[in-house]
Amino acid sequence: MAAGNGIAMERFEEAPQRVSGVRRFIRVFMGRKIVMFGIVVIGLLVFTAIFAPWLAPYPPNETSLRNTLAGPSSAHLLGTDSLGRDTLSRIIYGSRPGLVIGLIAVSIAAFIGMTFGLLAGFYGRMISAVIMRSMDAVMSVPMILLAVTIAALLGGGLKNVLMALGIALIPPYARLMCSQVLTVKQNDYITASRAGGATNLRIMLAHILPNCFPPLIVLMTMQIGTAILSEASLSFLGIGIKPPDAAWGSMVSEGYQNMLRAPVLSIAPGVAIMLVVFAFNMVGDGLRDALDPKLRGTL
Amino acid sequence: MAVLLEVKNLETHFKTEAGLVKAVDGISYHIHEHEIVGVVGESGCGKSVSQLSILQLIPSPPGKIAGGEVWFEGNDLLRYPANGSKMRDIRGSKISMIFQEPMTSLNPVMSINQQLSEAMQLHLGLNKADARKRAIELLKLVGIPAAESRVDDYPHQFSGGMRQRVMIAMGLSCNPRLIIADEPTTALDVTTQAVLLKLMKDMVDRFNTSLVLVTHNLGVVARYAQRIYVMYAGRIVESGTTEDIFAHPRHPYTVGLLKCVPRLDGDRNKKLVPITGLPPNLVGMPPNCAFLPRCPYRIEQCRKEPWPPLTAVRKDHEAACFVHLEDKDLGINAE
Amino acid sequence: MKELIVRRFIQSVMVVFLVTIMVFFVMRSLPGDPVLVYVSQNEVNAASPEQIAKIRHEFGLDKPVIVQYVNWLGDICRGDLGRSVIKRTSVNQEIGRALPRTIYLGSAAFVLSIILGIPLGIVAAIRRGKWEDTLCTLVANLGVTAPVFWVGIILILIFGYYLRWLPIQGWVSPGENLGDSLRHILMPVLCLTVYPMAAIARQTRSAMLEVIRQDYIRTAWAKGLAERQVITKHAVRNAIIPVITLIGMNIRQIFGGAVLTETVFSIYGMGKLSVDALFSSDYAIVQGVILVVGVVVVLSNLVVDLSYGWIDPRIRYD
Repeated sequence: MAAGNGIAMERFEEAPQRVSGVRRFIRVFMGRKIVMFGIVVIGLLVFTAIFAPWLAPYPPNETSLRNTLAGPSSAHLLGTDSLGRDTLSRIIYGSRPGLVIGLIAVSIAAFIGMTFGLLAGFYGRMISAVIMRSMDAVMSVPMILLAVTIAALLGGGLKNVLMALGIALIPPYARLMCSQVLTVKQNDYITASRAGGATNLRIMLAHILPNCFPPLIVLMTMQIGTAILSEASLSFLGIGIKPPDAAWGSMVSEGYQNMLRAPVLSIAPGVAIMLVVFAFNMVGDGLRDALDPKLRGTL
Repeated sequence: MAVLLEVKNLETHFKTEAGLVKAVDGISYHIHEHEIVGVVGESGCGKSVSQLSILQLIPSPPGKIAGGEVWFEGNDLLRYPANGSKMRDIRGSKISMIFQEPMTSLNPVMSINQQLSEAMQLHLGLNKADARKRAIELLKLVGIPAAESRVDDYPHQFSGGMRQRVMIAMGLSCNPRLIIADEPTTALDVTTQAVLLKLMKDMVDRFNTSLVLVTHNLGVVARYAQRIYVMYAGRIVESGTTEDIFAHPRHPYTVGLLKCVPRLDGDRNKKLVPITGLPPNLVGMPPNCAFLPRCPYRIEQCRKEPWPPLTAVRKDHEAACFVHLEDKDLGINAE
Repeated sequence: MKELIVRRFIQSVMVVFLVTIMVFFVMRSLPGDPVLVYVSQNEVNAASPEQIAKIRHEFGLDKPVIVQYVNWLGDICRGDLGRSVIKRTSVNQEIGRALPRTIYLGSAAFVLSIILGIPLGIVAAIRRGKWEDTLCTLVANLGVTAPVFWVGIILILIFGYYLRWLPIQGWVSPGENLGDSLRHILMPVLCLTVYPMAAIARQTRSAMLEVIRQDYIRTAWAKGLAERQVITKHAVRNAIIPVITLIGMNIRQIFGGAVLTETVFSIYGMGKLSVDALFSSDYAIVQGVILVVGVVVVLSNLVVDLSYGWIDPRIRYD
């Protein structure tokens, strides 16, 4: 590391050429190879989820009791599980619940969380205290525990997992929204807006929300990864997608029970999970750097 | 007086998104012992970069010292590895630097004592207790009240002016032979500015060091510097004694600068004349004189030939210009 | 600083309160008979309506919900977390056995994540763009994406089966035999450490990169300090401050990871206890676990926040 490495370059540049915001965004975002890798993977994921029936060599739930726990072979590229079902096909189909749950749970959490945050930031003192401390309370319980409890008590299954995750993922949005509101609220143009007769709702929608989009998008992208991981954990524990449907987490769980005979069964779905979560995280990083590098410390 | 520092053909380049920026494009100057020299120019002319280059403090991925020599105490500093022990021995002890932003130049989580003592322990070999005593003395010297109690305070507990005094104390702490002050008072209000500049002059006299004052403010150099170098677009365009440059400027840029400075002794009805045009874009500069687009005195030669070299125009006074301005051109009465 | 302490303390009390409300009302409002908290499913099935009514009355379930909450809160404060209807023991007993194991596991992971994560982040930052950075960043990014349970399984496969270096299951208390205990705990601890270590590494790298750009670092170089001093004395001290907040958040993460780690390695800590209890509808235990874990997290967050305030002189000497 050379002396003075990293001194702010702004001082040394002279009359920098103006590059439009969108072009700059694209340049920074596409600039990092790993971000592009992430986008490719996400694209593959979506493609796989949509075209699963055409991509999978076998139906995911088709059993074959003569061919259980087989290792990789030309017929079954990743082997079979304890009921003779083709692992590769199940992984392909497993992309569906993962993706769907990730997207929906995060959307639910974002919507509810943003509403809470908006209210908390806007109406101040008492309401803010109650909402924010409630968010703290939810954040004091480990997410898995919370999600597992809610999902288990509601009875498992896709819908309930969605609800459980949707609830558990709320707090970061509320906090983000609240702090954004507080920051923006102090600006003079808000006062001016009020003086011009704007209602609270209008101020919220026209001024505050647009400012929140960059960190919000980044947060949502990162959280999709978290949601997918949580869903996998839930199905690993046996809550969530009901068998015989394929879900990566429950596949790992099954592999765990047959660890010695068919290690591929536990390794492969885990790799799939990692790949997908990694992709979302990298894209989230890329979005954050492209939208506002100053967020690097906070998100 | 002997020459303390001699810079020859220093070049420092930066790779930016827009292209290669020659922030310092071949400058040569020197400083004598016990002298105050001003380096003057607008933002982006390369004055700060040139000083950072002397101590090899240029951030190395985008920047690079592309050529030149810096002679100090019989050695070319640029031959030393940037962070090697020889360079480190000089930084902070033989040549020290004071920076522009007092609010951010001090480490917020270390006490003033720790930050002052650090250099002294390193360069002077003092132990903690002695370094602390000396730190307190230095604080008193630069005019910080209640030094004994304040020495353990943290930067955020000081005002901007006080922090800059601490920086000055830090610059003096190891008895340097040369202090480089990079726009030391730009970030402060005018009163504080005056006080701190006087302080620096006093320190220079007292400790027999030399001082390089980098600034865009002509008022500062007028009062305190003995000689001035005027920089533009990475090169020195004029150099001479302060008196001579103010009374008989020879480079159109210097002339322009002087015309924009309000003077207490000037005609109150006289207009301030700004220099037309914008500072140059340092990427992809043409080979001819960089001031050409803004120069009211330009001639055909300026467009055809490469940047004019520094030539003597008066005694101990050089300018880089083909036009050879005279006093009468500028409406100055002969002395 | 004093204001900060008081304010944070009051906030923490409020949060603990809200956690109790959350636990109580969530457990009560979920579908299913609240009687199940006190009585097992079998007993409910076998009982006649009058017996059920009597049970309801006995456990105060026929009183208004608020009253029930207050009574429950009173019990909690007296230290009585209820009874496990499945295991026929007190919840205190179960938690008393499980909590130390989770704390043992979790503290080791906590400490290890800091010891490994911070240097990883620092190296990545000061060698930015070079191979050290690429490697460290890759490791950190993979670490935050790897599912905890999967990491555990991989560790078991590699170290337990193929290399046969470490035992796969079982628990030996450190009191009995420290060496054996460490051998048993090594894989679970590693498994639990991966995520927080990677998160800390990422945050440290990020914070260091931000700090290195600052003016006071340039001042440090200008004083003639060597790279090591600039990094450790000047840069790290500043970079560590935002990392402390993350370290606090990791406590919650570690408890969460423990749920999965304990399941994979069959360790009877809070995680496995709660999962087993959920599957056997032993709601009193679930309630107790969430409550205890929640309070522990709130308290440790309080400690972390206060130490943050103490370490940063801008807050301490306000």
